[in-house]
Amino acid sequence: MSTDPSNLDSLVNRRYEHGFVTDIETDSLPPGLDEDVIRAISARKNEPEFMLEWRLKAYRHWLTMQEPEWAHLHYPKIDYQEISYFAAPKSDKDKPQSLADVDPKLLETYDKLGIPLHERARLAGVAVDAVFDSVSVATTFKEKLNDAGVIFCPFSEAVMEHPELIKKYLGSVVPRRDNYFAALNSAVFSDGSFVYIPKGVRCPMELSTYFRINAANTGQFERTLIVADEGSHVSYLEGCTAPMRDENQLHAAVVELVALKDAEIKYSTVQNWYPGDEEGKGGIYNFVTKRGDCRGASSKISWTQVETGSAITWKYPSCILRGENSVGEFYSVAVTNNMQQADTGTKMIHIGRNTTSTIVSKGISAGRAQQSYRGLVRVLPQASGARNHAQCDSLLIGKECGAHTFPYMEIKNPTAKIEHEATTSKISADQLFYCRQRGISEEDAVNMIVNGFCKDVFKQLPMEFAVEAQALLNVSLEGAVG
Amino acid sequence: MSNMLEINNLHAGIGETQILNGLDLTVNSGEIHAIMGPNGSGKSTLAQVIAGHADYRVSAGTVSYKGEDLLEYEPEERARRGIFLGFQYPVEIPGVNNAYLLKAALNAKRRHNGLAEIDAFEFLQLARKKMSDLGMDPVFLNRGVNEGFSGGEKKRNEILQMAMLEPELAILDETDSGLDIDALKAVAAGVNALRDPARAIVLVTHYQRLLDYVEPDFVHVLSDGKIARSGDKSLALELEEKGYEWIREAAAG
Ligand SMILES: Nc1ncnc2c1ncn2[C@@H]1O[C@H](COP(=O)(O)OP(=O)(O)OP(=O)(O)O)[C@@H](O)[C@H]1O
Ligand SMILES: [Mg+2]
Repeated sequence: MSTDPSNLDSLVNRRYEHGFVTDIETDSLPPGLDEDVIRAISARKNEPEFMLEWRLKAYRHWLTMQEPEWAHLHYPKIDYQEISYFAAPKSDKDKPQSLADVDPKLLETYDKLGIPLHERARLAGVAVDAVFDSVSVATTFKEKLNDAGVIFCPFSEAVMEHPELIKKYLGSVVPRRDNYFAALNSAVFSDGSFVYIPKGVRCPMELSTYFRINAANTGQFERTLIVADEGSHVSYLEGCTAPMRDENQLHAAVVELVALKDAEIKYSTVQNWYPGDEEGKGGIYNFVTKRGDCRGASSKISWTQVETGSAITWKYPSCILRGENSVGEFYSVAVTNNMQQADTGTKMIHIGRNTTSTIVSKGISAGRAQQSYRGLVRVLPQASGARNHAQCDSLLIGKECGAHTFPYMEIKNPTAKIEHEATTSKISADQLFYCRQRGISEEDAVNMIVNGFCKDVFKQLPMEFAVEAQALLNVSLEGAVG
Repeated sequence: MSNMLEINNLHAGIGETQILNGLDLTVNSGEIHAIMGPNGSGKSTLAQVIAGHADYRVSAGTVSYKGEDLLEYEPEERARRGIFLGFQYPVEIPGVNNAYLLKAALNAKRRHNGLAEIDAFEFLQLARKKMSDLGMDPVFLNRGVNEGFSGGEKKRNEILQMAMLEPELAILDETDSGLDIDALKAVAAGVNALRDPARAIVLVTHYQRLLDYVEPDFVHVLSDGKIARSGDKSLALELEEKGYEWIREAAAG
């Protein structure tokens, strides 16, 4: 499949030859990936030409790349031609018609998480598109954001309505060629969120995918771009829950954050994609590139993540500390149980002077799960006065799981102050017996110890998210002992 | 006085090792019993078996508590039914707030007894009161469970938990070891405060000095996995003077 990238016209015209335009109105694309598929995706979204061009460049570069193999992960080779890259929202009659049609195990989980009833329906993909549309709170939020000048919309809408912002910032933090999965995402991304906070504005509420109706059915290649202009402030929450499916699904998202002078972005994730069953059947392959650029002086980007789901997680939310005095933070709790695997961590790249970064990583492994922390702290020669503190703790439950730590440090400036601490501990039988002797059940004792282990991270989360995260952890580790 | 704990012909061990060999012991409510005996004679084993530690296997004999077969119950059920074990080596649980564990324990017991859970305010009031009785700094409430506590602080913490949980049967395994004089008095005060016609206390100890402050009704000597001799408080004084050898010889002879 070779095409001449310089001849744009012929590329654009070709899509008509294949008649995708009519097809995709009604259906999803068949499995497989080539330039026609990318054109079809772009056409389906009525994208302007610059966007298609961008996608195609990413695709052509992706073809020259190798899937990374350095991570401490084991999974069968992904056949990229077997994946369907565009699924139009399923028609309502294919969806469960009511909560009664939804897998009871899934509902049980929602129940334990304390997710409100109307939200359960949405998460389970019940055909009640209007669950949220009809709720007036959603519109109230929209008005409030408009008044503040905040742009918060689906990515595809932003491409149409704010092309100048997209052109300026898209790929400016995670370039198309950044890595294999980012390149793939750049070529085929389906939708996602776009946020722009104008100068000096403190976003009047926490922004959350929870509140955004349009993107309820975004695909597995979403793309998020958040730009905080000078002196602005925003807190963004991302929650992910996926229904159970037996086959593995690829999820390759890209998140880019840009913080200009004195701006602050706080990005919190609670990730609970389907992890597969006890034997490792099914589950999401989660290959995500998240990166924040502290572009302006005294800016700050803070990542907080609670990762409990996915069969495989490959994810390193990072900060590029370009502006002087800028601050990067990474707070992470990752739980792997049964056959789950996670290779996760962060990168802190100190470029500006007096930049500071903090890393707090808490990994919990149970069952036969394997988990790795992989972190890079790089201090460039010009980054005098850079400081980093990293704390990486692992907690093992049972004898068959594993935890691994791979800290990398590249310090090119002698004034840098770098501290790294790592611990590995186990929940011991003696600890559990002690709690039980005090009348506390084994399960409650495990939850208590795990929550205690994670509290430095949980306290970084917005209140209602912290509660959900704690509940999630408890559900994820159910049956881990005994 | 009713029968609180009745142990008959108890045989128990760990793995292949047999530790208790036909132990008999009866504890009635209102009584304080002291159990003494040489190192390795099985005192902690007895305490762990009563508390339900899964590593210990009971091969023969019976243990009944308030007329029920105790061995049928899981450790947490035994605790909720009023059994408290003050551990010889209290374990550290880093990251878990001392107050949190204590409140969870108290509420587990209250739920079992059909009582409403205690709220945070009431709990703190109660905990502060008990801590001041024991001469414990309230900051210990906010530290990790036994995390970095000194030996004596851990023992005081066990007594605090006992005071909060008000068990019917308290077994204190060498809670007096490693205490300074003030701590010893505080621990003794904690035990005496619990003394009640409806409760029973079993003190495992090596030293007479605790018994100077807490007067036992009975003293037993555990040797080679069974009770080799029982008596009143004067037996403890005799042991202090003569050691254990004469008892072993008498038992063997
Ligand atoms: N986990 C174990 N594995 C093997 N042997 C054990 C184990 N636990 C206890 N024992 C043995 O059982 C015997 C009784 O131990 P136990 O701890 O009950 O003694 P004790 O009377 O409490 O002694 P001390 O006065 O030193 O506390 C000892 O010989 C001890 O070595
Ligand atoms: Mg002992």
